[in-house]
Amino acid sequence: MVLELTPEEREMLDGKHGKATRKAMEIITALGEIYGAKRLIPVSSVQIAGVSYDNLGEAGLEYLSEMAEDGQTMVLTTLNPAGMDMLEWKKHGISPDFAEMQQRVVDAFEKMGVVTTCTCTPYLIGNLPHYGEHIAWAESSAVCFANSVVGAFTNREGGPSALAAALTGRTAEYGLHLEENRMAQVKYEVRADLKDTDDFGLIGQVIGNRTGKLIPYIIGISKASTEELKSFSASVATYGGVAIFHMEGITPNRTTVPEKTEIITKSDLDAARAQLDDEGAEIDFISVGCPHASIKEIAQVAEMLDGKSVTEGKTVWITTAKPTKDLAIKMGYYDKIEKAGAFLVADACCAVAPLKGRFKGLMTDSAKACFYARGKNKFKTEIRTIEECIKEAVR
Amino acid sequence: MQGRKIFRGKVTGEALVTGDDISFYGGCDPETGEIVEKNHHLEGKSVSGKILVFPSGKGSTVGSYVLYALKKANKAPLAIVNKTMDPVVAVGCIISEIPAVDQIEIDKIKTGQKIEVDADNGVITIIED
Repeated sequence: MVLELTPEEREMLDGKHGKATRKAMEIITALGEIYGAKRLIPVSSVQIAGVSYDNLGEAGLEYLSEMAEDGQTMVLTTLNPAGMDMLEWKKHGISPDFAEMQQRVVDAFEKMGVVTTCTCTPYLIGNLPHYGEHIAWAESSAVCFANSVVGAFTNREGGPSALAAALTGRTAEYGLHLEENRMAQVKYEVRADLKDTDDFGLIGQVIGNRTGKLIPYIIGISKASTEELKSFSASVATYGGVAIFHMEGITPNRTTVPEKTEIITKSDLDAARAQLDDEGAEIDFISVGCPHASIKEIAQVAEMLDGKSVTEGKTVWITTAKPTKDLAIKMGYYDKIEKAGAFLVADACCAVAPLKGRFKGLMTDSAKACFYARGKNKFKTEIRTIEECIKEAVR
Repeated sequence: MQGRKIFRGKVTGEALVTGDDISFYGGCDPETGEIVEKNHHLEGKSVSGKILVFPSGKGSTVGSYVLYALKKANKAPLAIVNKTMDPVVAVGCIISEIPAVDQIEIDKIKTGQKIEVDADNGVITIIED
């Protein structure tokens, strides 16, 4: 065996720290061996995916319950979105049966010591690593944001492997934990004016589709807000296989700069938009907040909805993290949104909630949301700016 | 044939072999074990109770939980033999305790052959044709 373990790690593998820890260590060492890791390294933060009961099913819940019998997290661990708002699910049309199973999933995580944040943007609400920190995150958009925008080090974990890292406080040292694997491989020059989160989503789609698994080095973007980088991270990871990107003048990682340059123009952006705009989409569902909306985005939406009312036959979900929703309540944004007939939904999102068959067409500012709406929920889609989405809602 | 242990166990059974990669999430029915991916070489066949031999896994990380669901429904493959193990399948085998070996020249195994998988030692033996 190439992979060397410390005496404590060996004890974990031998079952001296309990059943769940043993299983967790089996997962971590197996992945380490598959990828040729020489050792395990400590991680200081974990983000777990695979939380919505809609994706997990009964078997997934059973596995989590089994792990929760004696498993305990060793480091700060937060959770991806669930399939519903854990408090206000009823008024969003979620069935009591689903709610019961979803609650059991979250309870199992809580029993293990996971902070049950239920958000895909842990970095906005208290799980924010620093530059160079080794972490083990699942949720492709957050992985991409952490690696690229923050400069933390993480592979793209799956649900069980992220949980395994939480229970052992370790991960195998391979892939993006090694500096040499984080270097850019293709240069992209963006020759288009990017205005809003939807444009950043579309540019992520273009680069994701082209780059596949090659790490991009992007030039030509002079500034980007946190919200725009959040949108770009989600999209580039959804449409491509990359978990890290470099953006000149914006992201902090050191890298060599590839020679080969590909140009991206306004017409590429238009083509990407056309791809996500289904013909004859009958919009009855409007969702903003994939990845979860920041307080700034919620303030913007609340301002636009103030004194208006959502057109009959349309459902509007603004999705966010629970602490951000609490802040929105305090600031009066929640009232403005809900009085207009829209919902400020915490903990969940339009991609992981059990929505199949409920709507015909989704309008959103998120290229990632379009991907899941079409594949998983069979909705038609249109991608617009947040402003246009809200205008459509109250038209 | 000497390969590499991914998850422990020793079983003997009938091989089901394909040259196509398998995505368990969306590609295999978690209740019946039937391969449902359109145009897959094994479409319509069940992996249940077989020693499933395929090149590698593909697709979503939720695939690990599909193997676990199969195990709970008593529809899991008896063992998994791969050319190159993919992490989704590896994690699936570990959480479901399905014996698994990789780095095997899988084209030397034929569907219907009785084979022994000694995952502890990473050894595959063809017992009879």
